[in-house]
Amino acid sequence: MDVFLQQLINGITLGSIYGLIAIGYTMVFGIIGMVNFAHGDVFMVSAFIALIAFLILTTWLGISSIVLALLIVLIVAMLFTSLVNWVIERVAYRPLRGSFRLAPLISAIGMSIFLSNFVQVTQGPRNKSIPPMISGEFVLFTHNNYPVTLSYKQLIIWGVTAVLLLAFWYLVAKTKLGRAQRACEQDQKMAALVGVNVDRTIATTFVIAAALAAVAGTMYLMYYGVVTFSDGFVPGVKAFTAAVLGGIGSLPGAVIGGLLIGLIETMWSAYFSIDYKDVAAFSILAITLIFLPQGLFGRPDVEKV
Amino acid sequence: MTALANSAGENPRPHQALAHGRVDAMAALRDAGITAAIAFGLFLPLIGFQTTVNGENALILITRWPLLLAVVAAVGIGRLGYSVLLEPRLRQRAMRPIATTPSALRTFVGQWFVPFGIAFVAAYPALVLATVGFSRSVKWIDNFGIQILIYVMLGWGLNIVVGLAGLLDLGYVAFYAVGAYSYALLAKTLDLSFWVLLPISGILASFWGILLGFPVLRLRGDYLAIVTLAFGEIIRLVIINFTALTNGYAGIGGIPRPSFFGIPFNADDNGFAAVFGLPFSPVYRVIFLYYVILALALLTAFVTVRLRRLPVGRAWEALREDEIACRSLGINTTNTKLTAFAMGAMFAGFAGSFFATRQGFISPESFTFLESATILSIVVLGGMGSQVGVAIAAIVMIGGTEIMRDLDFLKKIFGQTFDPTQYRMLIFGFAMVLIMVWRPRGLISTRAPSVVLKERKSISADLVKEGHG
Amino acid sequence: MTEKNESSAAETLLRVEHLTMRFGGLLAIDDLSFDVGEGAITALIGPNGAGKTTVFNCITGFYKPSSGRLALRHGDGTVWNELAMLTDSGARSVTTGNGALFLLERMPDYLVAQRARVARTFQNIRLFPGMTVLENLLVAQHNRLMLASGYTLLGVLGFPSYAHAERSAIDKARDWLDRIGLAARADDPAGDLPYGAQRRLEIARAMCTDPVLLCLDEPAAGLNPRESAELNALLLAIRDEFRIAVLLIEHDMTVVMEISDHIVVLDYGVKIADGVPDAVRNDDKVIAAYLGVAEDQVGEAEAEVGL
Repeated sequence: MDVFLQQLINGITLGSIYGLIAIGYTMVFGIIGMVNFAHGDVFMVSAFIALIAFLILTTWLGISSIVLALLIVLIVAMLFTSLVNWVIERVAYRPLRGSFRLAPLISAIGMSIFLSNFVQVTQGPRNKSIPPMISGEFVLFTHNNYPVTLSYKQLIIWGVTAVLLLAFWYLVAKTKLGRAQRACEQDQKMAALVGVNVDRTIATTFVIAAALAAVAGTMYLMYYGVVTFSDGFVPGVKAFTAAVLGGIGSLPGAVIGGLLIGLIETMWSAYFSIDYKDVAAFSILAITLIFLPQGLFGRPDVEKV
Repeated sequence: MTALANSAGENPRPHQALAHGRVDAMAALRDAGITAAIAFGLFLPLIGFQTTVNGENALILITRWPLLLAVVAAVGIGRLGYSVLLEPRLRQRAMRPIATTPSALRTFVGQWFVPFGIAFVAAYPALVLATVGFSRSVKWIDNFGIQILIYVMLGWGLNIVVGLAGLLDLGYVAFYAVGAYSYALLAKTLDLSFWVLLPISGILASFWGILLGFPVLRLRGDYLAIVTLAFGEIIRLVIINFTALTNGYAGIGGIPRPSFFGIPFNADDNGFAAVFGLPFSPVYRVIFLYYVILALALLTAFVTVRLRRLPVGRAWEALREDEIACRSLGINTTNTKLTAFAMGAMFAGFAGSFFATRQGFISPESFTFLESATILSIVVLGGMGSQVGVAIAAIVMIGGTEIMRDLDFLKKIFGQTFDPTQYRMLIFGFAMVLIMVWRPRGLISTRAPSVVLKERKSISADLVKEGHG
Repeated sequence: MTEKNESSAAETLLRVEHLTMRFGGLLAIDDLSFDVGEGAITALIGPNGAGKTTVFNCITGFYKPSSGRLALRHGDGTVWNELAMLTDSGARSVTTGNGALFLLERMPDYLVAQRARVARTFQNIRLFPGMTVLENLLVAQHNRLMLASGYTLLGVLGFPSYAHAERSAIDKARDWLDRIGLAARADDPAGDLPYGAQRRLEIARAMCTDPVLLCLDEPAAGLNPRESAELNALLLAIRDEFRIAVLLIEHDMTVVMEISDHIVVLDYGVKIADGVPDAVRNDDKVIAAYLGVAEDQVGEAEAEVGL
């Protein structure tokens, strides 16, 4: 029970990070029907931007308030990552919109390879680790000398995730931008005809996706304190799994899918074998797609004859 | 098509100016300025600063302002060059009517490319020996010849699945791995020869192709791609973790090397060189391996050409065009898809067992997702379904990255610390993006009909479907 | 309401009985029964959304009906005697010395085409646009050629049996191309053909599967009057020369009334009329359904539109 509860807390934390990345997959897939393969690497880039911002603040400017530093890091990472994803959309995907369907996928795979190697070349191949930003934890209770803890870091991740999800949910569900996005999802040509700026709407979607990935990247850096250039692929695939599990195209689905993947991964590691934890994630991906392709909250896809 | 529409939409300038290709200098400068500003923002964090460790092993930052400035300037100048030099020319080309009949040169090249190409690859080892000499030829035959031919073969194998049947497979490397591990394990335990194990590895791989093909039959589009990616990763992770069988990360070494019909390639008295009265050299083995992979690749091409003209091949292409219509004509689409998976997997299995015997050592490192992505991009860049296109794409992509291992003269320009091999995959990834933007349907995008009544006409890519898988 | 059609059981090729199809809560077809006669053209008509294409999809195996029986006969009429036994046995089909009987609702789509030999076309044409006209017609002969190629094995090895079979398949395709006037375009991609030619090619492709029943979903849609007349001639040739039964969904009443032997009218998934063209033409229920008024107001409505 105590182990279970601890894993539950850890799993929700990990799941929040996956959920934030998953939203990016689900939004982009929803609007242009493409698996943005490079999204995991955008997440990794954002973690590096956060790392650099954090180092500037702490080692150069000597900001001592960790909360202030974190807030600035978060904003800086969101801004720069958004710019990165905006440029990626402009360069690698927009020229291919409406053409051959495989082309954007290959372009995205190329972009993914480019991004991870760009970071490797510019920042070096080694792990980048920083001293823990925030330490301390609440001991919820102790049972058989096993303390069940909720660390401040975890609490921050939960809080930030919840607040940002609410904000973006509002943005997508209640604003003009959200309406334009849904119109583009249904029919881009028609949306353009009724005056929706399709290019701008899609670009904004990429910007939002990147901003959320940057939140995930910052949280990841804060939580684990270490990042390397190859950290995009596996979290990317897991977040994509989360998006699929939740039903691709559905925002709440992505978050719940993320939480489920996070929980399954931590539980699997705790109770089965840590070696096969990625096998578990990939198996869930395959099983979901095969038996429940519409996911938990997606619309079923009916074959038209 | 899209590019044309875009440029027309974004440049509401009068037609006359377009036709003469005149350049608006102010606009070009402004564009370059904006692009440079964006590049500054883009590269500021990752190029402007570098994270590195100091003496106490703590992470610190160093700045690289000159490098950042140089990159930003390069991007700005590049953009300026594009608007001044390239854009007017592209615009003029777009205005020109499209030639309906191919030029004489094109027809000539089209007719003679394949025979000339085969003659060239057959004579390649001799040409290498003649030009660079005995001692340096290993590198050219092995790193270029054999390496490229492996990817040509893999590309042709995957082409059956992706190009003909229209089923998007991102886990193709799994079957390559099955072939390699089958050969390595069987050769070490059963002590059978390469030629016996080659078909067995191929059959095992195609068995896995069917096994993994079954659950994904109903899936379409990107979903199929992602599930095959997941399968590929699962197989790799199982290879890593199932150490009792596969030795995990450490890999399997001491895999039997191929022999020349029973005569080993070694320095012994009964070795190849001694038997044929030649001085010992590793070149002989490499040349032998080269012809083995060439034969395997040509076999793949030959079988694929044959299959395209058989009902099963036409059913694959029909499946890519319209699955529902196929079913209405009584075609068992399940079997059709599975034969495509099995065929593709079989050739990957052949290539895998060749890879194992060539390397003598295999480990999970050789079968990552990057390999699948590389093979798929070769197929798509080549033009799905086109064998010649796939071969050209393999030469460009693999040959290109191999050459980059070798550009030591760049050290003279950028200084001794500059390591060109680092930039290999960086450029590889960016090239994938660029080629897709340049030619979304690949280098050779027209389809050749499989049967002709009166006159052979190639079919424009606009009509050919890409399948839903 | 006309009486159940007059063709006796022996002449019946396809018997649709109590066919019902539900999509979730929507009842698309409600207890529909009708017969398709051998060597006859049967038209299935009705207003948009009446469920005609759903009937087609059930017959051709693309949808599995919620309930009902779809029985098709090969050979002579005596095989109908096996119907009860076949239904009870749970098998898909039964073969006797005089022919065979198939229960289509138990068969997957491709077997309906392959074994029961029911061919179909689609409302929005489904050709293989990137393949040539000739290739389209060869794909239709897939199963026979597959056998001749020794399930690919003999074909890859270059055995002559396949070359021979392919030649006769090409001859058959050429016959059909002559018939539909596309011989000159045999080597052009199907997607390049004009609309009317695509419709004809789709029919020829279906005919190349050697069907006993040809189901055509709105073959005249989008055709001009001349093409429409050519289509009539083609369908009559299929009936009279090849003695193949045709089941037709059509909105173009000139086509329907001119060539059909028997018409079934659907409205909201329910059969409202069934009979020869003249009887259906004058049926009050049919007129009411097409004009969208209740049956007792037909007189007024007709007067209004000047009938």
